[in-house]
Amino acid sequence: MAGTTPLLEVRDLRVTFRNGVEIVRGVNFRTEAGKVLGIVGESGSGKSITMRAVMGLPPAGAKVSGSIRLHGEELVGASERRMRALRGSKIGLIFQDPMTALNPVITVGKLIAEAVRLHNPGMPASKAWQRAIELLELVAVPQPEVRANQYVHEFSGGMRQRAMIAMAVANNPDILIADEPTTALDVTVQAQILDVLKGLRDKLSMGLILITHDLGVVAGSADDVIVMYAGKIMESGKVRDIFYHTRHPYTRGLLSCLPTITGATSRLEPIPGSPPLLSARPQGCPFHPRCPMAREVCRAEEPVLRPVDNVLTACHFAEELRAEDSGRPNARAELA
Amino acid sequence: MSVAATARTQFMTNLRFRPALVLGLLIVVFWVFVALTIDLWAVYDPLKIVGRKLQAPSLSHWLGTDALGRDVLIRTLYGVRYSLAVSVVVVVCSVAIGSLVGAVAGFFGGWIDSVLMRIVDITLAFPPVLLAMAVAASLGPGLQNAAIAVIVVWWPVYARLMRGQVLDVISRDHIEAARAGGASSWRLLTKHILPLSWTPTIISATMDFGQVVLLAASLSFIGLGAQPPAPEWGAMISDGAAQFYSWWVAFGPGMGILTLGLGFNFIGDALRDILDPREH
Repeated sequence: MAGTTPLLEVRDLRVTFRNGVEIVRGVNFRTEAGKVLGIVGESGSGKSITMRAVMGLPPAGAKVSGSIRLHGEELVGASERRMRALRGSKIGLIFQDPMTALNPVITVGKLIAEAVRLHNPGMPASKAWQRAIELLELVAVPQPEVRANQYVHEFSGGMRQRAMIAMAVANNPDILIADEPTTALDVTVQAQILDVLKGLRDKLSMGLILITHDLGVVAGSADDVIVMYAGKIMESGKVRDIFYHTRHPYTRGLLSCLPTITGATSRLEPIPGSPPLLSARPQGCPFHPRCPMAREVCRAEEPVLRPVDNVLTACHFAEELRAEDSGRPNARAELA
Repeated sequence: MSVAATARTQFMTNLRFRPALVLGLLIVVFWVFVALTIDLWAVYDPLKIVGRKLQAPSLSHWLGTDALGRDVLIRTLYGVRYSLAVSVVVVVCSVAIGSLVGAVAGFFGGWIDSVLMRIVDITLAFPPVLLAMAVAASLGPGLQNAAIAVIVVWWPVYARLMRGQVLDVISRDHIEAARAGGASSWRLLTKHILPLSWTPTIISATMDFGQVVLLAASLSFIGLGAQPPAPEWGAMISDGAAQFYSWWVAFGPGMGILTLGLGFNFIGDALRDILDPREH
């Protein structure tokens, strides 16, 4: 895609809380229409905050710096009026818990129709209602005419998430950000929701950003993957390269946490310890206290993101991981 | 069954199992009826002297006559107009001002919140009757000024109530979702936050009608509200206090305040039970 303007390009994004703690520390990525970008990380890794910054909705009092370009238009420092026009029309957002993310006192059809009319003020209510029903149909809600007249509490979890998606894509956004869209759902429903999302990406040819801590979700859906830890990108690349040829011990640790489907009864290996406190990040590589490969240099020097083979990785010893490339049965099973 | 139909059935069930609510409604409906129609059937003029002064209750004057010889019952019945008018005006204005201030404070937060809520704190720090007296005294006596005084005392309660409710609702995900959909602040507040924030205000307002009746009567009692010869309950009780051995002079307006206050409280209590899920 060299030469053309990417759909979304984020450069050196930093988000700093009012108390001086940097929660996102220099994140770079880009994504194209029709592609799915998976952003993976534990709680507190900064993945959600990154997306809130893209929406222009950082946490209260937080400062955003760097560059976020949508179709080449700079969003950092854009006026609230401009951001409001973009939110819900060019950028859609799906929340984790559809239970709480839908207004309980408005019927689902009205909720979606409102989302449509918000960005098409001239549209008559009846037409917006018609569109709401179309949208419900688009996300595979059965009997959309009946469902549109119901309230959120009359919907099941999966149906609610579909309604949420219908609302987010009401104005054919160029980019859809899904923040843990399947976390609150049970596994069979998860797969359906992911299918709906992928179907929409194709039908509306939009870019999809999938934020999750579930590598299984990423494996089955994403084209590119970013692995975040402590506010930084640890590794990024094509999904196959990340899963088969990871060059970062953190990604490797995440992959060993996945259960396998092949019947091997190996124990799952959790990553020891927990992510560092935002206010007390270790010197050097933020992952070194939990890293099995950590050495002296990791404690002293923070590694920079650099290309190794087909991925970008932030590890001093990325080359050593190449030797272990062979056995990753877990990941392979997930991808199959 | 549709939601509306369910709600209707529920309402009827509520009526059947809540005698206090029925009683409260009856009382309030009675007084409202009196206030609206008294001109048509009053047998005496409330301001005219109709007989000997300080007559005990009799068939022609059911609640006797006052120190000037005016019929106490008719004056009491006319008095409800003042009390109802004052309580409606005060509660409506207080709810409007208080809710607006509270909603703005809760929604915008930061220094706006601090400034508005400190004003509320300061107002609430005064004993209500004392502050109302001070305001009424500085504005001069009169029912209208008494109403303004009571509003000054009353709105902060609603400001706090609404602010707390807005803070609760604003933190819910669907508000964030609406924001992510491109809704403006005004739209968020009016379409998404306020419709979910009204319940405590409605309950509190119903209960407050009774309280306001009492406070307005208190101001009239000490001479800061309605002026003679207006048949206002507080002023009438004040007259009655001077005629202590003619108990009927204060009895009529006293019962008026008691029943009206009780009626509003019954309704408010029942509403709270019905609307507040935490009570179940």
